[in-house]
Amino acid sequence: MAELLYQRDVYGKTLAELGRENKNIVVLDADLSGSTRTNIFAKEFPDRFFNMGVAEQNLMTVASGIASCGKTVFVSTFAIFATGRAWDQVRNTISYNNFDVKIVATHAGLTVGPDGASHQALEDIALMRVIPNMNIVVPCDGPQTAEAIKAAAKEKGPYYVRLGRPKFLTIENKGEFKLGKAQVLTQGNDVAIISCGYMVAEALCAAKNLLSKGIKARVINVHTIKPIDKEVILDAAMTTKGIVVCEEHSVTGGLASSIDEVIAENYPTKILRLGVKNRYGQSGEPAELLKEYNLTAGGIEDTVIAAIS
Amino acid sequence: MSYSEQDIKTLEVKSKQIRKLIVQMISKAGSGHPGGSLSATDLVTALYFKVMRINPNDPQWPQRDRFHMSKGHCCPLWYAVLAEAGFFPKEKLMTLRQLGSTLQGHPDRRTPGVEAASGSLGQGLSLSIGMSLAGKIDKLDYRVYCLMGDGETQEGNIWEAAMAASHYKVDNLCAILDYNGFQIDGKIQDIMGLEPLTDKWRAFGWHVIEINGHDMKQILNAYEEAKTVKSKPSIIIAHTIKGKGVSFMENMVDFHGRAPTKEETDIALGELE
Repeated sequence: MAELLYQRDVYGKTLAELGRENKNIVVLDADLSGSTRTNIFAKEFPDRFFNMGVAEQNLMTVASGIASCGKTVFVSTFAIFATGRAWDQVRNTISYNNFDVKIVATHAGLTVGPDGASHQALEDIALMRVIPNMNIVVPCDGPQTAEAIKAAAKEKGPYYVRLGRPKFLTIENKGEFKLGKAQVLTQGNDVAIISCGYMVAEALCAAKNLLSKGIKARVINVHTIKPIDKEVILDAAMTTKGIVVCEEHSVTGGLASSIDEVIAENYPTKILRLGVKNRYGQSGEPAELLKEYNLTAGGIEDTVIAAIS
Repeated sequence: MSYSEQDIKTLEVKSKQIRKLIVQMISKAGSGHPGGSLSATDLVTALYFKVMRINPNDPQWPQRDRFHMSKGHCCPLWYAVLAEAGFFPKEKLMTLRQLGSTLQGHPDRRTPGVEAASGSLGQGLSLSIGMSLAGKIDKLDYRVYCLMGDGETQEGNIWEAAMAASHYKVDNLCAILDYNGFQIDGKIQDIMGLEPLTDKWRAFGWHVIEINGHDMKQILNAYEEAKTVKSKPSIIIAHTIKGKGVSFMENMVDFHGRAPTKEETDIALGELE
């Protein structure tokens, strides 16, 4: 039976682990510590945890002030509030100063589920990607969340780490995790399926089904969206017959746009994009929503067939 | 901190020098914000030349007192004070707002002595709370000073910060509100009134000290009083005159954000002799 983990649980436990090793780590939340799981850190290190209440602008700017004194600050809330409500604060007080603040946002994408459109961040990667100095990581499962958090903690400077709400299927044999280096999960030259986060498991499922139809797909996990791994993407453009990008985000400004930019500038190739197209989310169970927005293994399979036929 | 009559005189002379530099810098740059720089000059001069624990040769000294100018558009004042205090050579001041200069149109970290960027209003008080909390975590006894404009306290972020500062009892934080009564579009009371201002800050749990922001004795006494307050943050609400020291700039909203002409500069410098 494949393992299912909440990325948030892994995040909370990893933070506590880091807190034990490194007294310089400080954590802030905005009244969502039970959901983001920063409460695990808070319980163990109450002197290094600050709940800012429902005030995300203050959350981000207080974080930058603490970081200005040489600390590594982890800040958590939901993705929609971290990137939207406090964008100016993230731009002007965190990233412009190049402070060591790690924004770890949970509840990104459609899989937030029944809470609906107001809480489903589909623009967060776009909003963070345009900010200079900002790095962006989207882990694809529980174990990769731990790797990403530990790696970001070791690096100086601002990071945006995007986590989901539901349980994520653990993906085996991903190979080494290195910031900025995409992971090739399956080999194949018929098509490249590029994805991140929750969609990686769907991409792998699609690849398995495609194989039974004689189509060999190269599944690539672009866990670091900024800086992007140009090498792996261009290799896919040059050595496969088509590219399909799949993301739980608007097709504007996120992973698909990142891939588009690399390919358009270096090796123009046709790219088909699966993502949310100029729509808001809505209420529903995660699986229902993914189906409604065509973000499923079946949707990927159909798109791949269209791409290479 | 005790002070003598001589200290007061010395600070008053220093303030005048700083005001001259502000006028010269903005005149040379051809743009900038003289009004709010001149209104807060006495408040910031007192901090850097009498109140704060600083080491211009080691701007990152961990024990230093922190100053943050939340109303970043008044950075000509900050730059002039930093140069006078020895953080960087005074010649640099005349490069204000030029391409490649370490003195940007709004503050950022390329200037020695500037802790963090500002310019987007309403964010500095939260940033200063962060510095205060870091000091508490590290058990360092430094103090944090944050200069705010009156217009900028119309930003919601300020009131989020006001709430958080008293919640976390950051008694090492002293905010200074430069209450000159004007914002770009006109008088504060006409655009978006702030009164009753002292009541608001008291209601948010702050120790409020109200002074004449051009009276050096009142300024020093206020900083001293703030140091004695325990378990709550302090705010000095300083009544000031926008454009203070230059007759034709005083209380003139036009000089919020415009440089004096060559002729106006000569007159202004004459008045500041």
